[in-house]
Amino acid sequence: MSLSVYTLLLREVIRFYRQPNRVIGALLQPLIFWLLIGSGLNASFQAGDATDVTYLEYFYPGVLLMILLFTSIFSTITIIEDRRDGFLQGVLVAPVPRSAIVIGKALGGMLLGILQCLVFMLLMLTPMVDLPITPLGFASAVLCLAVIGFGLTALGVLMAWPLNSSQEYHALMSVLLLPLWLFSGAVFPVDGTPAWLHWLMQVNPLTHALALLRHCFHIGVEGGVAGPAPLAVGYAAVAGVAAFVAALLIVRRG
Amino acid sequence: MTPAVAVEGLTYYYGDRQALAGVDLEIPGGAMFGILGPNGSGKTTLFRILATLAVPASGRVAVAGQDVVTRRGEVRRALGVVFQTSSLDDKLTVAENLRHHGHLYGCCGAGLRRQIDELLQQLQIQDRAADRVETLSGGLRRRVELARCLLHQPEILLLDEPTTGVDPTARLEYWRLLAEIQARQNATVIFTTHWFEEAERASLLAIMDSGRLVACDSPATLKSTISRDVVTIHGDDPATLAAAIAARFDCDAACVGNAVRIESASATDLLPGLLEVFEGQVHSISASKATLEDVYVQRTGKAFAAEAPGQ
Repeated sequence: MSLSVYTLLLREVIRFYRQPNRVIGALLQPLIFWLLIGSGLNASFQAGDATDVTYLEYFYPGVLLMILLFTSIFSTITIIEDRRDGFLQGVLVAPVPRSAIVIGKALGGMLLGILQCLVFMLLMLTPMVDLPITPLGFASAVLCLAVIGFGLTALGVLMAWPLNSSQEYHALMSVLLLPLWLFSGAVFPVDGTPAWLHWLMQVNPLTHALALLRHCFHIGVEGGVAGPAPLAVGYAAVAGVAAFVAALLIVRRG
Repeated sequence: MTPAVAVEGLTYYYGDRQALAGVDLEIPGGAMFGILGPNGSGKTTLFRILATLAVPASGRVAVAGQDVVTRRGEVRRALGVVFQTSSLDDKLTVAENLRHHGHLYGCCGAGLRRQIDELLQQLQIQDRAADRVETLSGGLRRRVELARCLLHQPEILLLDEPTTGVDPTARLEYWRLLAEIQARQNATVIFTTHWFEEAERASLLAIMDSGRLVACDSPATLKSTISRDVVTIHGDDPATLAAAIAARFDCDAACVGNAVRIESASATDLLPGLLEVFEGQVHSISASKATLEDVYVQRTGKAFAAEAPGQ
């Protein structure tokens, strides 16, 4: 089991680095998003909690979340390609438990997501991002990114497994995955939104995961951003576990 | 001795359409077993069930003595499977692909490395080990597929139209290597095909049509069931021509597909008369001893090229 998980995970990573355009896209896209949207909204932004954070800083953890989301999407869309091109059939007739496919995929998506986030976090060494992160905060943030990345990739497996074409996946991505990110507090704060939107964002598990990530950047800093309530974090964790279990079940069935 | 494969009363459905209609089959260990049939005959469905990718609607299927439904893990370990389409990762090198698949079968370390080196050598692809699969020709890819399925030294090789998309020269080479490997490992080889030349390579051949097994024996025995010569005529209007020939020569001339087919005790006696009378209506005429295609036509009453609807 561990050997098969290891080999499926390793393949994910090798495949990623063998496609230079994918690497460039993965690194440049978040940077472009962050710079363009961040700079555009910087002047008109007012943080809900009356701190003096700029929009570029506010948007920064949101872009990290976006990196995880897109990595998960690109990792799991390969399930459809693998099924079409034939690689998956070779795995399906091998004596490996179906769960190895889900775990290998989720760990692969998680690892690639973290690596890209770490590259993007190099920006924190520049004056462009003035986040007062401590070593403990950094370690907590990476852990938080890992858990979110694992959950999102499991969600991606759950969605990609029953589909036959990547076009269908793109459609689901637009109506489900992207809104999940947009309404997570990544682009605008929860506070100050209309009641219906506020409710929608509270239901979204990513809102609480992102609040925790945001908090990690301020751990050990006086007057930093407060963390979400433990119950909200628990809710987000349960959602992640549910996605993973559902992915295991759907893969075992088909 | 336990047969390599034992199938009893096997049925399978795609929705309402019956793909397998009660197949009984026994494949002895060590055989080079061919499954011949046109598209839609059910051979690939049978392959998928043997490979544990589909579950029978009814019936019993055992591979290497293990039930394909309840003992899936054991069946998978006993099988080396080659699909019609490539199951290699194009972005990985030949050696990386083999290593990954070895890992999936629980092989690792020095033993796996040695096994990969040996197979690359046997299949004459050792000089391409470090090349990405996307740079290989169709024929070489098929050889890597074969190496991949041999890594864990399976008792049974299961190949679904393994030479699809391969040019004739590479195809010959592929079969030569496969026969060599089978002889060396004493493995059972089961392959599906819709090519008669490939079917001739089988030590035992099952012929399938519309989800049923219509014949199963050695190719020589199957052909010997037709003791007469077979004359095949292509002309403008095969149906009318067949009727005219039957009336004139008092023989069983039948229209099969787009040709007229006649079984005759002696083609040499029949041909001169045929040519003389129907010269203007005949485009081509051929006479031969019975072939596997003739066996198929005799058993099913239709031309081989005719495909089942919906395929």
